[in-house]
Amino acid sequence: MLGMRVIPVLLLAEDGLVKTVRYKTPTYVGDPINAVRIFNEKEVDEIFVLDIRATPEGRGPDFERIRELAGECFMPLGYGGGVRTLGDIDRLIAVGVEKVAVNSRAVEEPGFMKEAADRFGSSTLVASIDVKTGFFGRTTVWSAGGKRDSKRDPAEFAKTMEGMGAGEILLNSIDRDGTFSGYDLDLIRRVADAASVPVVACGGAGSLGDLHRAIGAHASAAAAGSLFVFQGPHRAVLISYPSPNDLEAAR
Amino acid sequence: MITIVDYGMGNLASIANMLKRIGCPSVTTADPAAIAAATRLILPGVGAFDTGMRNLRERGVVEVLEKRVRGDGVPLLGICLGMQLLAWSSEEGELPGLGWLEATAVRFRGPGIKVPHMGWNTVRPRTPGGLFEGLADPPRFYFVHAYHLRLDRPEDLLGETDHGGPFPSAVRSGNLLGVQFHPEKSHRFGMGLLRNFAGIA
Repeated sequence: MLGMRVIPVLLLAEDGLVKTVRYKTPTYVGDPINAVRIFNEKEVDEIFVLDIRATPEGRGPDFERIRELAGECFMPLGYGGGVRTLGDIDRLIAVGVEKVAVNSRAVEEPGFMKEAADRFGSSTLVASIDVKTGFFGRTTVWSAGGKRDSKRDPAEFAKTMEGMGAGEILLNSIDRDGTFSGYDLDLIRRVADAASVPVVACGGAGSLGDLHRAIGAHASAAAAGSLFVFQGPHRAVLISYPSPNDLEAAR
Repeated sequence: MITIVDYGMGNLASIANMLKRIGCPSVTTADPAAIAAATRLILPGVGAFDTGMRNLRERGVVEVLEKRVRGDGVPLLGICLGMQLLAWSSEEGELPGLGWLEATAVRFRGPGIKVPHMGWNTVRPRTPGGLFEGLADPPRFYFVHAYHLRLDRPEDLLGETDHGGPFPSAVRSGNLLGVQFHPEKSHRFGMGLLRNFAGIA
């Protein structure tokens, strides 16, 4: 039986790791290498690092920085942020990344995912889908770090991504990001039921019980940022990760 | 010294990193002369079957690998696609595989399972010791693949994993070893397994 995958998501910015709320107000939470070392010791299932400044700054991934991080990761490493070309993916794999997440480019040009999947294989390729509820209450796929509404339906877009060859879907709820208010379970269920590739739920986890609820809503894996970097009511920075026993106890 | 065969398929840095961490010297190369001198080989690989076979041939390493592994009996560990390439063929591709292992690679089928098989899963070693010596029971490893081996010789089975039914997740035929999972991404379990491979005679 496959175990339940629990995935810390780390956000890279200029000075180090940050954590956002609804993709805004980044708060500094520490040094990326240090964080990865701690997660190593805690034997995390896998880890995702997203460079949230790449696309807004109109640049590609910082390959040297990622190489350093990858050298410390003895678990699978996913990377997202500013991935726009096949060359980017090629270099990311070469510096030690297992999974490459594509967001804005995939929204603008879904056919790019097919090219990438044909060349690098589906298991390397993650479609990162950012979802936000718009002004009129419609939930749609957004790109450019939550700045641009594509007006696409999340479940339909997930199907499209799967058809193009994405091997996994990283489903982010912008509305829930950093809020500790629980995952958007309806969204997860809708997307996971539409897609036959694994869906990783992200955005809103406030407790270990929430991780189980995401799996209960048919996600294949539960990802979280704040839950694993903040502690207590004042959100003190403290990296944590549940042991199998902790996780079982929260079921 | 472990020689990692670089044929342009996947993440070689991870394997070298983990070997370094466990204090095992390694070299990553596509140079036939270096492979001819290797005493222990890893054939890694992530990606499509045909691309893998084509790359192996284009780099001109098939003959020297064959001489070293089949002729001289040097231990070789195939990882993921690197293991599948040892088989006769794969449903994923049209090109023949190396055919050193009496097996074919087939796609996961069956209702209610997600393909690719992705994440941490346990392996049931068929016999204790060998690659799994000293690992916690049951050992857990990271998998990501849509195809798996089907063995013609049941005695080549070294370990099994379940995903909609059991499939061979570790195989051994003499000095030819293979694992479907990624030891290089399976922290202490992977470190233990690679350490065991480094010590296998």
